[in-house]
Amino acid sequence: MTTPETVLSVNDVKVYFKFGTTGLFGKREQRYVKAVDGISFDIKRGETLGIVGESGCGKSTLARAVIRMVPAHAGRVLWMGEDLLELDGEAMRDKRKDLQMIFQDPLASLNPRMTLGQIIAEPLKTHFPQMPKSEMREKVAAMMKRVGLLPNMINRYPHEFSGGQCQRIGIARALILEPKLIICDEPVSALDVSIQAQVINLLMDLQKEMNLSLMFIAHDLSVVKHISTRVMVLYLGNVVEIADSDDIYANPSHPYTRALIAAVPDLDKAAPADRASLMVDGELPSPLSPPSGCPFRTRCPLVQDICVSEKPPLTETASGHSVACYFPTASPH
Amino acid sequence: MSDTAIAEPGHEIEGSGQGRSLWQDARRRFLQNRAAVISLIVMILIALIAIFGPLFAAWNNEEVDWNVLGDIASMGGPSIENGHYFGVDELGRDLYARVVQGTQVSLMVGVIGSLIAVTFGTLYGATAGYVGGRTDNIMMRLVDILMSIPYMFVLILLLVVFGRSMWLLFVGIGLISWLEMSRIVRGQTLALKSKEYVEAALATGVKHRVIVTRHIIPNLMGIIVIYATLLVPQMILTESFISFLGLGVQEPNTSWGALISEGASTLQYGTYWQLVFPLAFFIVTLFCFFFIGDGLRDALDPKDR
Repeated sequence: MTTPETVLSVNDVKVYFKFGTTGLFGKREQRYVKAVDGISFDIKRGETLGIVGESGCGKSTLARAVIRMVPAHAGRVLWMGEDLLELDGEAMRDKRKDLQMIFQDPLASLNPRMTLGQIIAEPLKTHFPQMPKSEMREKVAAMMKRVGLLPNMINRYPHEFSGGQCQRIGIARALILEPKLIICDEPVSALDVSIQAQVINLLMDLQKEMNLSLMFIAHDLSVVKHISTRVMVLYLGNVVEIADSDDIYANPSHPYTRALIAAVPDLDKAAPADRASLMVDGELPSPLSPPSGCPFRTRCPLVQDICVSEKPPLTETASGHSVACYFPTASPH
Repeated sequence: MSDTAIAEPGHEIEGSGQGRSLWQDARRRFLQNRAAVISLIVMILIALIAIFGPLFAAWNNEEVDWNVLGDIASMGGPSIENGHYFGVDELGRDLYARVVQGTQVSLMVGVIGSLIAVTFGTLYGATAGYVGGRTDNIMMRLVDILMSIPYMFVLILLLVVFGRSMWLLFVGIGLISWLEMSRIVRGQTLALKSKEYVEAALATGVKHRVIVTRHIIPNLMGIIVIYATLLVPQMILTESFISFLGLGVQEPNTSWGALISEGASTLQYGTYWQLVFPLAFFIVTLFCFFFIGDGLRDALDPKDR
């Protein structure tokens, strides 16, 4: 088996938001919200990287930084070996053909004044303005069929569709240019569970068929487990653990990952006896004044002196399994 | 895969396949509003009178009827026989012809003035809102400064200093009325800018100019239309007030405000019709515009859906 090529390589990306900007007279003290604080990862062709973490940990910001929807403060985003952060506007616009995005709120991501056909055709119109109308219509019809939308819906407006159908429209719009990477920003959080499964399975089918790479953001761990090849856990703008999907669920090494997995309710199995001790209390610390050392130390059950003074580096504990913790739970292998 | 979509319940996916746009929805709601529909019909009638009224006039608006000039109070009243349907004014001119002429001028001031205001206000507000940041700040502070000037005072000064002219009146009214429009549009643009469909378009690589024209402006149309209909009576009122003060349109031209002013000053001689007819047109038009604006707001407000 040959290892598939790496399509996206994110290298130490930082996104800081300025806070306490200039006052009316002169400058006030500049402070920064460290939304993403030095994250690195790779995505290979055909692979799905799941990104999990609680609200406010920087998942969406990271995704938006990769496609330059928010400016990155530092770092490199290598797309097929080319740094996206250094491209000028026109070159970046061209690259957007290959990098598409699916949004959280299916209805809000569709312009209410445009018909379904116009919405799906918009990327084509943007990147191939010379394409003849008939060819464009054919492509839209084929894509609609592919995502499970009936051909007679083409002249309808978004408010006439259910959430699941709207998300199919969003997926069709993202796929019409045959991109190589799709960033899914919590694509199923707003849908109810039965529709979630349909949309996820549709995404996985399309991924296989078109050899897509997915960057899949979610806070639902079971959804992430179902779709991901690898999973990355974020906490306060930092990677705390990254590993293969099966591995991270079987052997979570970081105390935060273990707490997250323990918090997943499961009807079949009784809660583990030590569930309560695995849970973490308290709130996510403010990213305005993150804790010194390890970002998780304020809530960590295993905290020691070294956690306060120094930030633990992301180190590989087993093949393909990296943890940022001084006291990771040992993997059995 | 396709079977899953068909199985999704609760949606009439059969049928003609022709979708209802938001505009069609709004039109249906508007037509259900009786007051608004009646106002619209009356408004169309008034506009028709302004356009075709001169065809039915027995007298020209500049002709003086010497037969009645001697005793206007007793002989100059409304009558079908001598062709003065609305009576004559104090100089013996046919009031029907004068009112039609005034209607043309007042409606023109209202419609053209609000078109200028809406066009300029929308472009200005949408630009400020979409670009944001420092540009937005400078543009909107300029609006604040202009708004703080008592415009009626300035307008009167302009008309006194540069002499009375229609052109100056248009410019004067147009210059002040776009301010409020630009504020409203800017606020709406700020809200629309952060919508996910704008983000989706940006992520696809749509150019900013296209985003403003394809995604922002069409979604602003509702509020623009509502505001425009409310702006027309405001324009007419302003023009009438200026004309009432004697600074607006000049003889032999006239407007509702000028006619009302003349009618009010001769009321003591018992020539009530000189006030009543222009005033009736004026009031009915204002009411119609307000009801139409109200109906449009109810029809286009998405929260109502």
